[in-house]
Amino acid sequence: MTRRVSPFLMTMFGIGVAFLYIPILVLIAYSFNASALASVWGGFSTNWYVALAHNAQILHAARLSALIAVIASTLALVLGTLAAIALVRFARFRGRLLLTGMVHAPLVMPEIITGITQLLLFVSMLQIFGWPHRGMLTIVLSHVAFCTAYVAITVQARLQSADMALEDAAMDLGARPLEAFWDITLPILRPALVSSWLLSFTLSLDDLVISTFVSGPRASTLPMIIYAKVKLGVSPDVNALATLIIAAVGACVLIAAVMARRADKHTQAAA
Amino acid sequence: MSNHTAIDSKNNLPAASRGGIPVDGVRAAPVWLKAAMRAGRWLIVAPPLVFLAVFFLIPFLFALKISFSQASLSIPPFSVLWQTAVGGGGHLVLHLKNYRYLLTDEVYAVSYLYSLKTAFFATLACLVLGYPMAYAMARAKKSTQSVLLLIIILPFWTSFLLRVYALEGVIRDNGLLNTVLLWLHVIDQPLKIMRTTLAVYLGIVYSYLPFMVLPLYATLEKLDTTLLEAASDLGSRPWRAFVDVTLPLSMPGVIAGSMLVFIPAIGEYVIPALLGGPDNLMIGRVLWDEFFSNHDWPVAAAVSVAFLLVLVGPLALYQHARIKQLEH
Repeated sequence: MTRRVSPFLMTMFGIGVAFLYIPILVLIAYSFNASALASVWGGFSTNWYVALAHNAQILHAARLSALIAVIASTLALVLGTLAAIALVRFARFRGRLLLTGMVHAPLVMPEIITGITQLLLFVSMLQIFGWPHRGMLTIVLSHVAFCTAYVAITVQARLQSADMALEDAAMDLGARPLEAFWDITLPILRPALVSSWLLSFTLSLDDLVISTFVSGPRASTLPMIIYAKVKLGVSPDVNALATLIIAAVGACVLIAAVMARRADKHTQAAA
Repeated sequence: MSNHTAIDSKNNLPAASRGGIPVDGVRAAPVWLKAAMRAGRWLIVAPPLVFLAVFFLIPFLFALKISFSQASLSIPPFSVLWQTAVGGGGHLVLHLKNYRYLLTDEVYAVSYLYSLKTAFFATLACLVLGYPMAYAMARAKKSTQSVLLLIIILPFWTSFLLRVYALEGVIRDNGLLNTVLLWLHVIDQPLKIMRTTLAVYLGIVYSYLPFMVLPLYATLEKLDTTLLEAASDLGSRPWRAFVDVTLPLSMPGVIAGSMLVFIPAIGEYVIPALLGGPDNLMIGRVLWDEFFSNHDWPVAAAVSVAFLLVLVGPLALYQHARIKQLEH
């Protein structure tokens, strides 16, 4: 059958994409609007970006969020990869069902429930052990928890389709187990590792609900500041900030896509 | 019908070329892992298992415990369950009043049902818009597909909060939509969309549409088009072939996409808080207020526990039944 997309399907796709993109494009346009009034176009201006660069509160929050995201996604990468290896390569072990369930928990658990229960955990731990105090540390721990799940699912999918015969061949040729893992398995997993780290990074950077619950009085992340500003009404500097974040995320997605495509080509060439 | 696909797709896997022997869907370990296993595979299993248990499982036990306590003015704002008596010993004090409160104060039941209703119709709207989108992607040329996929993935990765805020820029009273419609003289009064139920629906569909499209695309893309040819050779009209062949075969994608939209939408806080009006009392908002405005942590804990039992319990059972069904 020739691949022919009906006009109806194409129209629906167009409507959907327009729906997804128009608000973002409008937001980007507003960020260059000289007028502070949303309905008036006051000419092109980069004033809001300049104002942003001088906003100490936002800069501080941005640094905190970036730091949390880097630490959380790196730790989650390690834990999630271990979980994926365990789930794919170990047929039976104690706690297998539990691990499977917990890896899928963040996908079905409303964020607000995760946030409340983790806050109650931290508060109870503080009562019992005198540690941890709520702040950056507790946000990192919460973020590691949900990011680990996303890493595990992504890496698991890649590991399932990986060719294990290559590892066996390397071992037959005299490679030690860790060498085989380092030289064969890890390069196969690399695209999944890169994309799951990037996904974790953006999820952590974006998280509002869980962070709000587990954060302490002094730790305000970027989404918390943005939410507070947005709640009060339109603020043009948020438009500028949003544009910068969207540009950064867009760059991450493009890098991940290019890497995935290159990896695919590589695998196809090898096969 | 769907059973057949599951089995077929399993048989179609090029198992031989991938090496390893499938054991309960898990492949046998290579040699390096067997060595590692002897050395103690707990080094691999334990860190994620313990970490996730501490942050996903144990919090529930604490929530359960606190849901039986009483709100108090102390820090943290709840009473202790174990009250030590003078001279040793003690007794357990369980307060059931938080749960009784959930049943007597109708705001919880009402907002829970309202959340279910909102999530259901928003999911339906996502499906109606997302299905043709995914189908269009699946029918496009292979080379175009990866670009189309990227177009859908990009918003999926973009900050949720920022996208809700961006939508506000379009639908608010002096936003783009009203400006354009006024300019075109379609309307002469700005449409009031913000702070209405419609805004909440638009917000959910806008935010979760990629979650619907991606799994649908994944199933539709694998669809065997020769089946459609066969249907048309046998005299089926296109829409008949769609209803008889495509739709049933894509049910796994429909279910996966609907779950990914429906479940988080029930607990949604940001969308009703930013776009909705005072009437749009979804359970996430009630919980948030209980916690941050009323400081009633025990009631919030009880709402969380009840919410999980009512939502996640049935879902787990449903999943279990579905896996059982696929096995038979």
